Amino acid sequence: MKVKFFPFFLSLIFVLIFIVFYKGLNKSNIYAPDNIIEKKVPSFSGKLFNQEKEVTSSEIFAEKKFYLVNIWASWCIPCREEHSLLMELNKMKNLEIIGINYKDKTDNAKSFLNELKNPYDLIILDKNGTISIEWGAYGVPETFLISDKNIIKKIIGPLNTDSLSEIKDLVK
Amino acid sequence: MPSIIGFYSLTFGLIISFLIIFFSIQNFKNSDSLDKKIVTFTFLQFLFVFISFIGLILSFVNSDFSNETVFNHSHTTKPLFYKISGTWGNHEGSLLLWLLVLTLFIFIFLIKSNAQPKKYRILTLLFQQVIIIGFFIFLLKTSNPFNYILPIPEEGLGLNPILQDPALAIHPPILYLGYVGSSIIFSSALAATSTNYLSKEWAKHIKIWVLISWIFLSLGILLGSIWAYYELGWGGFWFWDPVENVSLMPWLALITLLHCVIVMEKRLILTSWAVILSIATFSLSMCGTFLVRSGILNSVHTFANDPERGLFILIFLFSLIFLSLFIFFFFHKTDNKNLNSLNLFSKETSIIVNNWFMMYFLSVVLIGTIYPIFLDVISSEKISVGPPFYHKLIIPFLIPFLIAMTLGLKFKWIKSEIEDKKNLIIFFLISVLISILIVRNFDTNFLIYSVLISSAFFLFFVTVRDFFVKKFSSFSQNISHFGFSLLILSILFNNFLTNETIINLKVGQTHVAEKFIIKFEDVNQSSQKNYESVVGKFSVKNNDGKTDILYPELRIYNQPNIVTSEAYIKTNFFLDKFMTMNYVQNEEYFNIRYQTKPLMLWIWISVILISLGGLTSLLKKKYES
Amino acid sequence: MKFIKFFLTLLILFNFNLAKAENENLKNEITKNLRCLICQGQSIYDSDSEFANSLKSLVKQKLDDGYKEKEIYDFLKDKYGEWILYEPEFNKNTYFLWLLPILMFLIGGAIIFKLFILKKN
Repeated sequence: MKVKFFPFFLSLIFVLIFIVFYKGLNKSNIYAPDNIIEKKVPSFSGKLFNQEKEVTSSEIFAEKKFYLVNIWASWCIPCREEHSLLMELNKMKNLEIIGINYKDKTDNAKSFLNELKNPYDLIILDKNGTISIEWGAYGVPETFLISDKNIIKKIIGPLNTDSLSEIKDLVK
Repeated sequence: MPSIIGFYSLTFGLIISFLIIFFSIQNFKNSDSLDKKIVTFTFLQFLFVFISFIGLILSFVNSDFSNETVFNHSHTTKPLFYKISGTWGNHEGSLLLWLLVLTLFIFIFLIKSNAQPKKYRILTLLFQQVIIIGFFIFLLKTSNPFNYILPIPEEGLGLNPILQDPALAIHPPILYLGYVGSSIIFSSALAATSTNYLSKEWAKHIKIWVLISWIFLSLGILLGSIWAYYELGWGGFWFWDPVENVSLMPWLALITLLHCVIVMEKRLILTSWAVILSIATFSLSMCGTFLVRSGILNSVHTFANDPERGLFILIFLFSLIFLSLFIFFFFHKTDNKNLNSLNLFSKETSIIVNNWFMMYFLSVVLIGTIYPIFLDVISSEKISVGPPFYHKLIIPFLIPFLIAMTLGLKFKWIKSEIEDKKNLIIFFLISVLISILIVRNFDTNFLIYSVLISSAFFLFFVTVRDFFVKKFSSFSQNISHFGFSLLILSILFNNFLTNETIINLKVGQTHVAEKFIIKFEDVNQSSQKNYESVVGKFSVKNNDGKTDILYPELRIYNQPNIVTSEAYIKTNFFLDKFMTMNYVQNEEYFNIRYQTKPLMLWIWISVILISLGGLTSLLKKKYES
Repeated sequence: MKFIKFFLTLLILFNFNLAKAENENLKNEITKNLRCLICQGQSIYDSDSEFANSLKSLVKQKLDDGYKEKEIYDFLKDKYGEWILYEPEFNKNTYFLWLLPILMFLIGGAIIFKLFILKKN
C-alpha cells in the first residue's frame, strides 16, 4: 500500500506545481502598490514654491473641502500630457489643487508653469523626494484625491479623461 | 540567403529525428550491435543544426535585416564581435544554440559509449530525441529565428549595451554546455533504469558527463558573476536574483549527483537516489529555462517574455517529469541489500551527509525562488524573497557542513575508521584560535562568525596539509575542497572588510574620508563607434601616501538609447578598488561610488580551483582508461 | 510550536548587532534590504533611479530623527506593501517559505537516521 501511495502523492504535488505555474503565467510580474490606499493624509512639512515659508500638512488640509494632490516635475514628460486636464480641474470651485514639485530646479519649474499656465493653488517643494515617499508615491506623476483628510482616490501615472470624469463625479 | 538555408536546414534536422527514432526502434529489437546508420543520422542531424546556426551567424554578420531576429537585436554600427555574439544574445538564437549543443552531445555520447550495452545506448538516444524534438518544435513554432519581415528595414534596433561585453558574449554558450549536458544524464539515467543497467559500470560512465556538465556550469556561473561585478555597476557579484538562482539549482543538483555517483561506482548503493538526482538535474535546468523565458519572475536580467513560449516549455517540462516518474516507478526495483554493510564512520556515510546538506541548500534556493509565484497565485499577496532570507537559512548550516566535509575527507571507504585524529584535533584548535583573533576586530555577531570562520579554516588547513602529505593520490578531490574553503573564506572576509562610500561630487571637488581623500580631477568626452563616452578622472589619496588614479566611465549608446556605467576596477592580489559614476537628474554633480573590496580576485580563483578539481578528475579518468 | 521556537532562536541568533554601527552604515544596510519599485529586481542601495535616491535620503532622514531599523521597515511596508522588503516577514503568508526548507532538512535527517537503524536490525 505504501509503495502505491508515494508515486500518487508525488504526482499530485507536480500537478499542483503545474497549475500554479500555469496560473502564474497570466499574472503580471511587475509590482505596483495601487491597491494600498492609506486612509489618512500623511503628516509632513515642506517649503512653499516661490515663498520662503514652511507649511505642515495639517495647515494645508485644514478646510473641509476636496483637495487634489499632484506630484509633478518639469522634466517629466507625462506631466505635460496631463497638464491640460489639471487646468480643467482648476476651474472647479470646491477643489483645491496642491502641487508637489518633485526633484526639480526652481527655474525649470517656473518656465514650465509660465509656458503651460499654473493649475495649482499651492505648490510644495520636494527637493529630495522624501515628501513624495510619505505619500507612498514612487514615480511622477501621481495624483491623490483628498476629502476630509482622507485619501479617497489614487492615480499612478498621468491623468486621462476617464480618471478626470471620475474625479469630477467624486467632487460633486 | 543564409536565413533561408538556415530555416530549411532546421526543418531537415527535425525530419531526421523521426528517421533516427524509426531506425532505433528497428535496431532495438532486431540486432545485437548498434546500427551504423543511426550514428550517421545523428551526425547529420548535428550537421543540419550546425548549418542552421552558421546561417544565423552569417545573417547577423551581414546585418540582414530581412531577418526579424537580426532586426530586433543587431545594428550596422555594432562591432563585428558583438554582431556574432548577438546571435545567442537573444531568445531565438540562444534556443538554436541549445539545440546545437543537444545534437552535438548526443552524437558525442553515441561515439564514446561503444563499451556500453546496445539497448541502453539506443534508449538513451531515444529519450534524447524526445527532448530534441521538443526543442525543434518549440523553436519552429514559437520562436523561429528565421522569420522574414517585409518591407526590409533599413536599420536594426540594436543589442542591449550591457550585453555588449566579452564575458557575457561567451557566458551563454558555456552555461548551455552545462545545462544541456544534464540532458544526457537525464536520458541516460532513464535508459539505465528501463534496461536495469544501474551498475558500477554505468556510474563510472555517467560520471564523465556529470563532470563535464558541472565544470561548464561552474565556469558559466563564474563568468556571469564576474560580468555582474564589473558591468552592473554596484560592486556585487551575487544578488540571489531569480535568474542567478536558476543556474545555481542545477549546479547544486549536479555536485550532489557527482558525489552520489562516486559512492555508486565504489559500492553500488544509492542507485535510486542517483536516478532521482539525474532526473532532478535536468528538470531543474528546464525549470530554469521556463522561469527565465516565460517572464513569470521579476528579475534584474530582463529577457523578452512571451506567455505562449512559457506555456510551451511548461507543458514540455511537465511531460518530461511525468514520463520520468512513470519510468522510475514502473521499472525501477529498489535493491537495499548493500546498504546493510554501511558503516557509520565511513566515506560513504560522509557523502550521504554531504547529499543531505546539498539537498537542503537546494530546497532553500528552490523554495525561495518560486514561493512568491505560489503566494501570488494562491492569495494574491506579493512579497519579495531576497538576500536576507537566503543568508539566514544558509549561513548557519554551512558550519556543520564544513566540519562534516573536513572529516569526510579523512574517512575511508567501507571501514569505520578515521585517519590521523591527532592532526585533526590540532588543526581544529588552531582554526578556532585564529578565527577568534580575527573576528574580534569585526563589527559583527561574534559567536556565529567565529564558529563559521573556524570551520572554514579547519577545512582549509586540512586540505592544504593533504597537498603535501598525499601528494597526487587524491589531488582532484583535494583541490576542489580546498577551493571551496577558500571561496567561503574569501566571501566572508570580502563581506566584512568591504568599505563603501557613496558621494556626490562636481568636477574639481574633493571629498575627505577617514581613510582616503577623493578628488574629482577632470571629465572627458569622446565619440566611439556606437556610443559616446564620458570618462571621469579621479585621484584617490590613501592614508599610506599612495595615490591611485581611477577612470570610471559612462557610455551613452545611441542604438538603443541607453546609458551604461562602466566601473573602473583596480585589481591587485589582495584588494580591488572599484569606482563607478552616474548622472543625477537635473544636477551638475555626479554620483560616485567608491569601494575597496578585499580578496575579490580570490573569489574568482577559488571557483576556478573548484572546477579545476573536476577537470583533473576528468583527465585522470581518460588517462587511466 | 517547537519549530517556531527553534526558528525564533535562530532568528535572534542571527540578528546582526548593529548598535555600534554608525547611521551611514546602517543606512546602507537598510537600503540593501529594500527592493526598488522602479527597476524591480534591484535593491534600493544598488539602484540609481530617482525613487531609489529619494528613498536613500528618506532612510537617512528617519535615522537622524531617531527611528529604529524596524520602525523604518514598518513605515515603508505601510506605504508600499510587504513587497518592498527583501526579507519576508514571518507571518501566515510565509510560514511555508521559512519552515519548508527546515522541514526538508529534518526529513532528510530522518531518512538517514532510519538507514542506520535499519542496518542494526
